[in-house]
Amino acid sequence: MTITKQREGTKLTLALEGRLDTITSPELADVLDAELNGVTELLIDMERLVYLSSAGLRVILTAQKRMNRQGKMTVAHVCADIMEVFEITGFVDILDIQN
Amino acid sequence: MSERIFPARLDQLDSVLTFIDEELERNHCSPREKYQLDIAAEEIFVNIAHYAYHPEQPGEATVRFCIGGEPLQVTIQFLDNGQPFNPLEKKDADTTLTAEERNIGGLGILMVKKSMDAVDYQYADGKNILTMKKNLSNP
Repeated sequence: MTITKQREGTKLTLALEGRLDTITSPELADVLDAELNGVTELLIDMERLVYLSSAGLRVILTAQKRMNRQGKMTVAHVCADIMEVFEITGFVDILDIQN
Repeated sequence: MSERIFPARLDQLDSVLTFIDEELERNHCSPREKYQLDIAAEEIFVNIAHYAYHPEQPGEATVRFCIGGEPLQVTIQFLDNGQPFNPLEKKDADTTLTAEERNIGGLGILMVKKSMDAVDYQYADGKNILTMKKNLSNP
């Protein structure tokens, strides 16, 4: 997985490319740990993400909980397969998804 | 039937999924169903690596792949010699809770149960045997 970071003031955009799975999700967790201080707007762009498993969901949930305390989080450009994962697990109700 | 034996370690996950994907692609499985089977296979294999074996005494996992029947059905079976561990006994995640109320467990098994047509666990002859079946749409 490739994570591209873009910071503008207190807004952080993370563009994910590839697979967010058991092997790669710790990379995203590390980036979030390192970058979220002072961020009030987090955008996770999934346009180039092709796979997301439960390990990825856990990192996304942790990010959502943190952003609930310090600002807002948006998930964008979710493909149909990953959208189905969000639907099955009820994540559609806890994430702000903008496609 | 095809069968392959993998070291039950997380760094083998890509190899396990590649084995399954090659079989599915040979049988013209749709991308959506391949995705669902990959998600389920990842969950089961990671459970074996995490729970059936101790990190200092890793073992092996056998993955069996069968396809056939009418309607066309894929069966993927995972066998390991680790300690008895039934992932289906894990409590499902509650999908109605808010983000704050949720904890991070149970999501993977929930997806396995919802996306497969049948999932079964047995412990026999010193082996954990997890079988999942999915009916495929016509290619």
